[in-house]
Amino acid sequence: MDPVGLVAVATVLVAGMVFGLWRRRHDGRLAGSAVKSQDQGMTDGVRLEPALLAKLGVEAAPVTLLQFSTAFCAPCRAVRRVSAEVAALLPGVRHVEVDAESHLDEVRELNIWRTPTLLILDAQGREIRRATGVPTKPHLIAALAELLPAQR
Amino acid sequence: MELDPRGQRFAAALTTVVITLVLVTGSGWLALAQAVVFAVAAWNPRRGPYSLIFRAVILPRLGPPAEREPAAPVRFAQLVGFTFLAVSALGYLSGVTAAGVVAAALGLLAAFLNAAFGLCLGCEAYILIRRLKYRNAESV
Repeated sequence: MDPVGLVAVATVLVAGMVFGLWRRRHDGRLAGSAVKSQDQGMTDGVRLEPALLAKLGVEAAPVTLLQFSTAFCAPCRAVRRVSAEVAALLPGVRHVEVDAESHLDEVRELNIWRTPTLLILDAQGREIRRATGVPTKPHLIAALAELLPAQR
Repeated sequence: MELDPRGQRFAAALTTVVITLVLVTGSGWLALAQAVVFAVAAWNPRRGPYSLIFRAVILPRLGPPAEREPAAPVRFAQLVGFTFLAVSALGYLSGVTAAGVVAAALGLLAAFLNAAFGLCLGCEAYILIRRLKYRNAESV
């Protein structure tokens, strides 16, 4: 019996439980863009550089779901499925999936730290919402409804 | 190659138990055994010893999976686990017990989060590691 090891086990299990529960609550939440832009507008998302978006393969669309994934990311698959379903359901929504590893410059520029990360961009290329983890389909549709008033 | 996610959860649960035993007993040899299990599973997740147990004992009672997951994230996670347990075994067996405990504790955290919550820390951190490496390469 190693008392130090015993303490280590207890510490890890408690810390893991707390982290796991916290993560479960926050994962996939569609938060507003972290940085607020200075210029006024209907939405207060940050406008991303057109050149940057072009590099990521984002084309003009009323709304773009920009997903960052890696090959070693199991939940990326779930985000891909939800995003593709929503894009098929709502006209004007385009889903773009990017391999984060082959776009490290853009990943740094956009402050992406883990995959999957999903950005919601409006027609002007402003980041309106961002989710790390897997957002639920209803939450994603609700967030998009704010951007697509003409459809309702 | 695609895998049954329930098999991976089972393997993570068994790994959690084994690493707990490593820490409680302070056995470097058990850490080494777990490192070997990780290495085999990283090479081929379907041939991993815990996957074999899952298919022989648990799967016949469950029936076929509702969905399958890609193997690449799982293999990467096994590689991360192997690194932790290899360092741990080295630490315990060479008398640097503190290194053995810390490395095993990190492995335990990853295995526990995977077993209890389905989280894969190593997979999520992959892009973080790439980002940091990239920055270092650039600043040199």
